[in-house]
Amino acid sequence: MARMDLISFKGLRLDGRRANELRQIRCKMGVFSQPDGSAYLEQGNTKVLAAVYGPHEIRGSRSKALHDKALVNCQYSMATFSTGERKRRPRGDRKSQEMSMHLRQAFQAAIRVEVYPRSQIDIFVEVLQADGGNYCACVNAATLALVDAGIPMTEYVVACTASLANGDVPLVDVSNLEENSGGPNLTVAALPLSGQVALMEMSQRFHLDHLPKVVECALQGCRDIHQILDQAVRRHTEMSGSALGWGNRAQVDL
Amino acid sequence: MWTTKTFLKKRKGSVLKIVREHYLRDDIWCGSDICTICAHQNEELVLEKNPQPKNKKFPFPHYIVLDTCVVLNQINVLEEDALCNVIVVQTVLEEVKHRSSSVYKRLLDIVGNPNRKFYVFVNEHHKDTYVEREPGEKVNDRNDRAIRVSVAWYESHLMSSQADRRKRDRVKVILLTDDVDSKQKAENEGLHVATISDYVRNVEDCPGLEDRLSQHNTTYELQAGGREPLFPAHFTPSQIHQGIKSGKLLQGSFLASRENFLEGQVNVEGQDKMILVQGRVGLNRAVDGDIVAVKLLPEEEWSVPSHMVLQDEGDDSEDVLEEENAILKSKDERVAKLPTGHIVGIIRRKWRQYCGILQKNPIEGSVRHIFVPAERKVPKVRIETQQADILSSQRIIVTIDSWPRNSRYPLGHFVRALGTIGDKDTENEVLLLEHDVPHSKFSEAVLSCLPKLPWVITEKDVQSRVDLRHVDICSVDPPGCTDIDDALHCKELENGNYDVGVHIADVSHFIRPGTAIDKEAALRATTVYLVDKRIDMVPELLSSNLCSLRGNEERFAFSCIWELTSEAEIVSTRFCKSIIRSRQAMTYEEAQIKIDDLTQNDTLSKSLRGLNSLAKILKKRRIENGALVLASPEIRFQVDSETQDPIEVEAKKLRETNSMVEEFMLLANIYVAIKILEDFPECAMLRRHPKLPVSNFEPFIKAGRNLGFEINSESGKALALSLDNAVRPDNAYFNTMLRILATRCMMQAVYFASGMVQRDEFFHYGLAAPVYTHFTSPIRRYADVIVHRLLAVSIGADVTYPDLLDKRKSHSLCHNLNYRNRMAQYAGRASVALHTHLFFRGKVQDEQGYVLCVRKNALQILIPKYGLEGTLYVSPHKGAKQNVTFVYSEEKQTQKCGDVIFRPFDPVTVQLSLDRSNVQHEKIVLKLVHPQIPGFSVPSLSSVKRKESDENLQEEMEISEVSVSPPIEKISTKKQKVK
Repeated sequence: MARMDLISFKGLRLDGRRANELRQIRCKMGVFSQPDGSAYLEQGNTKVLAAVYGPHEIRGSRSKALHDKALVNCQYSMATFSTGERKRRPRGDRKSQEMSMHLRQAFQAAIRVEVYPRSQIDIFVEVLQADGGNYCACVNAATLALVDAGIPMTEYVVACTASLANGDVPLVDVSNLEENSGGPNLTVAALPLSGQVALMEMSQRFHLDHLPKVVECALQGCRDIHQILDQAVRRHTEMSGSALGWGNRAQVDL
Repeated sequence: MWTTKTFLKKRKGSVLKIVREHYLRDDIWCGSDICTICAHQNEELVLEKNPQPKNKKFPFPHYIVLDTCVVLNQINVLEEDALCNVIVVQTVLEEVKHRSSSVYKRLLDIVGNPNRKFYVFVNEHHKDTYVEREPGEKVNDRNDRAIRVSVAWYESHLMSSQADRRKRDRVKVILLTDDVDSKQKAENEGLHVATISDYVRNVEDCPGLEDRLSQHNTTYELQAGGREPLFPAHFTPSQIHQGIKSGKLLQGSFLASRENFLEGQVNVEGQDKMILVQGRVGLNRAVDGDIVAVKLLPEEEWSVPSHMVLQDEGDDSEDVLEEENAILKSKDERVAKLPTGHIVGIIRRKWRQYCGILQKNPIEGSVRHIFVPAERKVPKVRIETQQADILSSQRIIVTIDSWPRNSRYPLGHFVRALGTIGDKDTENEVLLLEHDVPHSKFSEAVLSCLPKLPWVITEKDVQSRVDLRHVDICSVDPPGCTDIDDALHCKELENGNYDVGVHIADVSHFIRPGTAIDKEAALRATTVYLVDKRIDMVPELLSSNLCSLRGNEERFAFSCIWELTSEAEIVSTRFCKSIIRSRQAMTYEEAQIKIDDLTQNDTLSKSLRGLNSLAKILKKRRIENGALVLASPEIRFQVDSETQDPIEVEAKKLRETNSMVEEFMLLANIYVAIKILEDFPECAMLRRHPKLPVSNFEPFIKAGRNLGFEINSESGKALALSLDNAVRPDNAYFNTMLRILATRCMMQAVYFASGMVQRDEFFHYGLAAPVYTHFTSPIRRYADVIVHRLLAVSIGADVTYPDLLDKRKSHSLCHNLNYRNRMAQYAGRASVALHTHLFFRGKVQDEQGYVLCVRKNALQILIPKYGLEGTLYVSPHKGAKQNVTFVYSEEKQTQKCGDVIFRPFDPVTVQLSLDRSNVQHEKIVLKLVHPQIPGFSVPSLSSVKRKESDENLQEEMEISEVSVSPPIEKISTKKQKVK
């Protein structure tokens, strides 16, 4: 198959975005009552649920407990109906194990684990609809859920993908269509305020000449997403605050 | 700034559910200078404020919107400057891209030209013009509606900005569409709408525009009234699809025969043997190159190629039918039959633009004429033009639009004129166009990449390179060569070994990756050598000056240096970028004299002698390994210095020094190939020469067996050996001819990226080398430039860049290089043929020739002196009488007339002259002189007083003509240089 142009000469991508534009992000915190914190996040057509339990005592064998910090336990899963083809996806298959590991790596860097020695924090994420950038949506949703659970973090963990179109134009927030067209993909999970990178993964080799601009593109995407998440958190706090009788709006109402 | 709305597009296949986002934007501008609403950037203001109304039908200022079919069918009209201020809607652009990539490219070229004022409006992502497909609506109808919605949007959008203008000055938008339904709907919606032909006919001050209108929709009605369709109908696409799926039909590319216009072959992928198609019904309107669907006939109806040389001479009458029957009758012979089939449908047309001449309609004042293409594989084309009187003396370009069932010839339209027939520049232009050689002048962008003169070697250059200026290096090339890309040296070391160096011009120093000059060179791929002209791959400043390793000038080189023992065993190899100063640029002849003249004992002569003796050992070893020595007739023209007309022809002489240079170039290429393959196993650019299945040699082996020589084509070595043994003392040229024929059986060597081909297919059959590449001629071949870059990286002299390491990009590059190389070769040969014709203008000569092969109605004769292959017809031409009959024997490959028998490889004497009765194809006419056959042969020139050549022409009994020899690859590194 001839590779299609990911970006038209008018500068628009296949779905109508420009190269530096994110997909639409919509999110909601506190969607469940059972867990300590939860969030739902849509990044375009990628839709993810995240739930956080903890910190609580170590479940199962006590030997897993770490004496100086909390254990971060992540579990990634995809719904049977999440992709174009219906497929039963057993939990704990290779792919989701890998994803879980990557999630843990990113969150261990941000959660202040040393505050809760000998305890455990569980993060469960479920992909409801997969349309590219699943890992990123999971990280972003989990961050919101952690905030909702009130677990102290150094800062938000935000993830974003980037790719390269037509050999030289960096694309941010890659959709499934663009992922499948065969170009190399870069996933970055970052702590955007300090500019630290918690995780970086490439699907293929990038030439060294291209790498810096693609990384910069992904980081810029992280900063943009950070802003959106931050606003969402503030809005949520205001809402729940006003419901409880404190916060800005509560005062106005009085 | 972003996302306004999310749309879901659901496409339900059998299982797959595809959900896609579709963002609608509010920052897509209309691109018109009138508009006061959109927040344009300056460069986006494409459409003029006051477009000139140049149309009689629409005498008000307007913009044009095109419909998909109009773009697809009338791209030639669009390429004319007459239509400006055009809005191309994205829906159209996408559809065009989907339907025809060539038209898409041409459309993009037009859009890219700022003078044309074509604006692309991304209607699909505009919040007001996006149209969703309604339930039950067809995709095409939806697209047509989307276009109409855009037109309506433009109309109202522009109107709101020009409320202050006078009514007749207001810019309107006109939709051009050929679709009746869409036109009707547009009219109902109150839009301005016209068909393209309607619009074009009314364009003012642009004569000839109408001629360029495609004949796509006009039904062919010349004699259509009650006329039976000449061809069976094609299958529908779905029928073809089903047929191919079920195995009843086969898909393949159609190759028309050059010699017989009613015969062709279909090359089906995955089958050894081509499928033969014969007759008008069998061919069923396929044109050379088309991808077709074929239906195999039952085995009892299989046929054999007719061995007839047949040209379409008829005008439009039925006279061909006889010949057709003649072909079809030949079935009953008991010879190996080929799978035969009928073409039942066309999967994809590969029509392009064709060069040729106009054959004027004898009826005065008629606008319908016949176009005769220069390429004989292509049928004549019926065109309509008003300018027949001017065009009939010119070479013109025509494209085919359609081929209705009731027309004997396809319908086409005139594109442009090239110049007067017979004029050498015009003929060269034709030649270049027919072979798709990019030959325009280098653009400004390319020229700006050239280094500034005076060019000096800086201190930094010296530091980064090995200084070899003290070494006695010289170059050996054909006389008159200005692009010298290789030089050699040889020095005896103290331990008795030799230090041998091959120094190649360092072109990659000047052509940096990604620059305009690099892209242009990659496109051109090779320098094309015509007899009187050279089409450079890189601008002359580089090719003949800065890169050329001229005598006594300091130049950059890429050196490959070996230490060899006196038995030519390689002790060590190294590569380096260097600075050299060639002591002398010699010709092969001068070098030969230096070697032979033992009184000369300077270092250059000594090193040449050293090189020569080493080369002999290398060559011997190479041939022992199974390398082939092949032959192709090569000639050289001596050209008149003023008129550039050829005055003498001679076969190229080969000296020892030719093979000496060749040997070292091969050595360098092989060693570079090994090195780059080691360092870049995935993306090294190499060259391979595939081995052939033995079946391809069958006719050749048969020819050999008839003469009592057993030819073994099991392996390269066996073939080389049997070729060496096939010598006839009575016929010195016999061996050479055998090698020429062997060469023709071979496949072409091709470039490839190492990651795309299995390791065991890397072999170069002709040279018997496990890996091979091209390194030694970067001035005239782009492959070498890439190889230089790879080698430079592997020795740490340069850095990589992304495309170099991308095997897919290398693969597509190789594809282009192979294509251009092949075309360059054909163009070169066509140029030789052209000059041969020029040479024979007004000349009649007797020449010694040899029968190359025997056909049913003709003998194929090779004349070594001119490297010329011609056909000597033995059966009478249609209408002419001949009182001698020849008997053809298929089994023995002979033609017999009385007691004279012609076998392949027999020497004959023929008389050559040029038949200029047909301006399109000036033909070289062969007439038999010896052996004499009363009533058929002509007396030799020496025995008769020389007659006027014109008289001879009228007496001719058989017409024949020279064919450009079929594709063969020159395996050696031989060069044709322009004198």
